[in-house]
Amino acid sequence: MSTTKSVGQTPSTLWTARLRNKFFGGLPPERLLPDKQPAYVASWIYVFGVLTIASLLIIIASGVWLSFEGPLWWHTSNVGHFVNSIHFWSVQLFFFSMAIHLWGKFWMSAWRGGRSRTWMTGVLAFLASIGTAFTGYLVQTNFDSQWIASEAKDGLNSVGIGAWFNVLNVGQALLLHVAALPLIVGLITIIHVLQVRRRGVVPPVGFEDSSGDAA
Amino acid sequence: MKSRSREIVQWQGPSKRYDIVKEFVVALTVVAILTLALSALFSSPDEPSLTIKSWANTSSEDFVLAAATELDGSSPSASYGPPYVAIPGSGQKIGPVNLQALAGVRTPVNSANAFVIDPLRAWPNPSSSLTFALGAWARASPDQQQQWASAYVQALGETKQLKATGAADKYGPVPELTSSLLVMAKSGALDGVVALGSNFYQTNYTHSLLFMGDGTYLEDAAVKQNLGGDQSGMMNETGSYPGQAWLWLYTFWYQIPPFSNEATTIGANADAVVWGIMMLLSLLLLLVPFLPGIRSIPRWIPLYRIIWRQWYRNHPMPGK
Ligand code: HEM
Repeated sequence: MSTTKSVGQTPSTLWTARLRNKFFGGLPPERLLPDKQPAYVASWIYVFGVLTIASLLIIIASGVWLSFEGPLWWHTSNVGHFVNSIHFWSVQLFFFSMAIHLWGKFWMSAWRGGRSRTWMTGVLAFLASIGTAFTGYLVQTNFDSQWIASEAKDGLNSVGIGAWFNVLNVGQALLLHVAALPLIVGLITIIHVLQVRRRGVVPPVGFEDSSGDAA
Repeated sequence: MKSRSREIVQWQGPSKRYDIVKEFVVALTVVAILTLALSALFSSPDEPSLTIKSWANTSSEDFVLAAATELDGSSPSASYGPPYVAIPGSGQKIGPVNLQALAGVRTPVNSANAFVIDPLRAWPNPSSSLTFALGAWARASPDQQQQWASAYVQALGETKQLKATGAADKYGPVPELTSSLLVMAKSGALDGVVALGSNFYQTNYTHSLLFMGDGTYLEDAAVKQNLGGDQSGMMNETGSYPGQAWLWLYTFWYQIPPFSNEATTIGANADAVVWGIMMLLSLLLLLVPFLPGIRSIPRWIPLYRIIWRQWYRNHPMPGK
């Protein structure tokens, strides 16, 4: 048994070894960063996943910039307003790309061949992104936030969530928006993409046996 | 040790060179340029916040009426129920389940004190008539307070005036209290007092927003911008900017009966019922790969043949 081959298989009771086997067993370097793809990976639809990641990175970069200057900066500074615009438009592109990505994966039934968990982390990414965007609207500290908070409180209160997540408390919304929620979206996204790399891109309908041969 | 039950099957068929890192860098560049261009061309919306000061100055009648309803307990915030006020039987229901009541009063708000009485007490050098009015209010029984305030709310509603005239004993100290509050609000002093309470730092606008929401000022401003709940306002944005388009399904329900009709049970509980529906739909979306029927839709409507048309051109379906 060669050492490289056995990475994923080494039986061990050590937690460390089990974690390593679980992670690298399914994700050797050539799967993590492959330089080949199956011949069927030829469609514009594949671009929207990576466009979603790209938008997310721009959202994070512009968000970090905004946070350095504080929540009120963008109301009074031209540079601030421009950085806010970048944040705003990258969010629009993010959701646009994600929606097309979602529908693409649906029509490709991309959950086939053990990929159902990839679909599920995708849905979780979608829901967490909605939560993040929502708190973003709450912390604009302008008329829009006042109105959105005022309206949204009724929805959240009506199902008891408002008792813990008070949208009229801008401090709470701000901290969630810049700390917990981006972390959650980021982590889910990383897991999602690693799941894709682990199993490879889903084959076309009818070619699930992976041989690629037409019968 | 048990063997890995689910071996990962990798594609064994034809492959091609594919540079995912380059694809990523190109995507990032494209999105960056696109975002910069959109930002430069269209900027982003920033409608200034409303203040209690602007409310009192532009809609004095609305302000005074709201203040009076805080005192008689009929304002939206004073009669809200959980999580602000303990009111038996209040709260929206999904069928028999009242999650709103179950969650309890976690953010107690006493509208009359927080928005009217306490701020007036903070007045640095009150007139003798205000001092007298505050004293009379404090000495009165809750029933008496309610009687005065309700009578005044009714009179204001009928006259549509800033200050209803007539039998002074009918309204007790209420006209003095509300008109003093108006003076305070017009000066801008009320914004700080309502928001801050006894704090130095302020990050929580529960009081300010609840108070402002008790008038029609905030909603009128929103409706003017097509942001009302029954205008699909949830996915609209101030100005002509794209809003939260991803909330289309959530806001959709509010536009149609029975949800839009408050006279029906469902309409009266629309917030909770729509939330319930959206939670259920989210769960179904999560479980699409396991739902018989739903998961087969892409096979029945074979758009995948267009997506993978290059592949199918050279590789006929196995078994055909
Ligand atoms: C933060 C949001 C998301 C990001 C950044 C993201 C990113 C990606 C990327 C880069 C890929 C691989 C390339 C591709 O096929 O496009 C992928 C694959 C996939 N995504 Fe997403 N995605 C997100 C949300 C979603 C959502 C909302 C769904 C569906 C509900 C979803 C379902 C899938 C599935 C099933 C695959 C596997 C496709 C295959 O094996 O061919 N993703 N995602």
